[in-house]
Amino acid sequence: MPSKTAARRPDRDWPRARLHIVTGKGGAGKTTLAGALAIALAADGRRTLLVEVEGRQGIAQLFDTPPLPYAERRIAAAPGGGEVRALAVDVEAALIEYLGLFYNLTRAGRALRRMGAIDFATTIAPGLRDVLLTGKVKEAVTRVADGHRVYDAVVLDGPPTGRIARFLSVNDAVGDLARVGPIKTQSDGVMAVLRSSQTAIHLVTLLEEMPVQETIDAVDQLCAAGLRASSVLVNLTRPPLLPARELARAASGRLDVGRLATALGKAGLQNPELASMLAAEAHEHAVRCALEEGYRTEITKLALPTLELATLPPPMDLGGLYELADELRASGVRTA
Amino acid sequence: MTRPVTSPALDVDSVLLDPGVSVIVCCGSGGVGKTTTAAALALRAAEHGRRVAVLTIDPARRLADSLGLRELDNSPERVEGIDDAAGGSLDALMLDMKRTFDDVVLAHTTAAKADQIFANPFYVALSSSFAGTQEYMAMEKLGQLAACRKWDLIVVDTPPSRSALDFLDAPQRLGRFLDGRMIRLLTVPGRAGGRIGARVVGAGLGLFSRILTKIIGAQVLADISSFVAAMETMFGGFRERAQATYELLRKPDTAFVVVATPEPDALREASYFVDRLRADRMPLAGLVLNRVHRSGSGLSAARASGAAETLAAQGARTAAAVLRVHAERSLVVEGETRLAQRFHAAHPTMPIAVVPALPSDVHDLDGLRSVGTALAGD
Repeated sequence: MPSKTAARRPDRDWPRARLHIVTGKGGAGKTTLAGALAIALAADGRRTLLVEVEGRQGIAQLFDTPPLPYAERRIAAAPGGGEVRALAVDVEAALIEYLGLFYNLTRAGRALRRMGAIDFATTIAPGLRDVLLTGKVKEAVTRVADGHRVYDAVVLDGPPTGRIARFLSVNDAVGDLARVGPIKTQSDGVMAVLRSSQTAIHLVTLLEEMPVQETIDAVDQLCAAGLRASSVLVNLTRPPLLPARELARAASGRLDVGRLATALGKAGLQNPELASMLAAEAHEHAVRCALEEGYRTEITKLALPTLELATLPPPMDLGGLYELADELRASGVRTA
Repeated sequence: MTRPVTSPALDVDSVLLDPGVSVIVCCGSGGVGKTTTAAALALRAAEHGRRVAVLTIDPARRLADSLGLRELDNSPERVEGIDDAAGGSLDALMLDMKRTFDDVVLAHTTAAKADQIFANPFYVALSSSFAGTQEYMAMEKLGQLAACRKWDLIVVDTPPSRSALDFLDAPQRLGRFLDGRMIRLLTVPGRAGGRIGARVVGAGLGLFSRILTKIIGAQVLADISSFVAAMETMFGGFRERAQATYELLRKPDTAFVVVATPEPDALREASYFVDRLRADRMPLAGLVLNRVHRSGSGLSAARASGAAETLAAQGARTAAAVLRVHAERSLVVEGETRLAQRFHAAHPTMPIAVVPALPSDVHDLDGLRSVGTALAGD
């Protein structure tokens, strides 16, 4: 039976990771859950960094702030005195930074950007873009100041499920193009972090056919790339509203409409057609619940820690984000 | 929910059956049902007597099966099982982006040079994973199909881009990129002494290729250079082709259909898209609002919840639960209606067609047929 509570504790332990990569099908709530995860992991005096790489400014929309620059800014406080910072990685700026860091070429880089050459370079080598983006994330994960890690955890609002495996297999992406050289070294370093136990990849899905199918495909594609999916976050669930026996009756269209009409009459609802209309709605609800149970079974077969997050009453605002963060904390997410 | 009362209805059949409409483009953000909408429109037009081709980009497996699309298949295949009493037909194909790119190369060069290009590692990367290649090739394929003149109507699904606008811009961006100054400069090292490049950009080129070599390595640069040299005869062609397809999309026999679900993100994308299509004077037919919930009883969520409490207190558990199902559904309907009204307020003349939410995804011709019926407002 489906759970009645909003979030049930995952049936297996959550991975203890410092880099949390969140992916999901468009519309499944990937950015929202990445934001909630960043808050949850920052609780009790910790500091996390929430990163986006697709230039969508989804974090700014989520936290209702002006568009993020290519700089780490505090965007939210976490319960117990923690802090969430956010960063929108700009691929051109990341390349200039990279040139400055490794070749002392910051000024030349800026001049080349004005020529359009930086845009050209990040476009021409398809893998270069992803190496720069993941490289920036890795840098934040491993950054140390005054002998301490700057971030307790980094949460990446990643590309959607359909593209995640390719995005993260930076080695393959540059492998065809660069067999040696600085980019190869860089991508090897990134890959080592992504394949280590420091990294957890969370797949956000809905109890619907396409998102579940894509999630299953993504698990396989990640595996083929030598990466491991760490958990499934089932978002926007709605618990069945009918008791089990009635749910089964409604699913097969066997609800007693006459009895329903009599009961409704006692509550002052006398419209003679109402009972059959409501019975039809209950039937659709039950059919939907049965389908969702099927999708749950599919997800269970993945044998990954799975957490369900219930649909929150609208409107979805910052308060809702903190509620989701609480759910995640209650379920046991934690940093390494 | 139904269509906002004051918004005009999108008359889908008059678009589908208009002999003056030969291309329908379904666009919108990812996950709103673009592919299903495209397939349903194509099937309905075919069963009303038109000879139709539908170009899908990345269909769900079971939907692809229902159209007889077992694998990437770059040439249209006849869809069996449609009602052809009115004399129509339906062909379907799934875009194979690499093969489409290969075809473009083959059309512009000799077989020997084509083989050289196909073996180039840079071409392999470009044709399979370059951001924007899918969009370019979808539009390229549309251009090819339109040029065949075998069909009365071609219905196109658009790639699941990061932004709905990408598919309009990406082909030109790729065209500009392939024809651009930068890539031409790269041919210079392959030529005598690099004189031409040196004259054009002076010292900038030296710095540019030095840094590029640092970043991507000398081998990559060499691959790109030989790729560019082999492609030389095609340059100019890319941008021209992208421009030609763009112009095809602006012709009055094209109809854009923007697809959205009644959710904030999808409607925001739809809004951007509508504004952009209008600004570019693209022929926009209307909005398809997909997966819309309805409730017919007229009983409000508040009243249903109140009655549910009363009945639960009396021990009528089933009736109380049924009322709660209704209350939850009514809240969803109210939320969706509010969002649709806002969209309508921003675009008051935009025709809208509403497709009700189905309990499960569509994966057979009957399902597509009923989506088509809903689209037509029957």
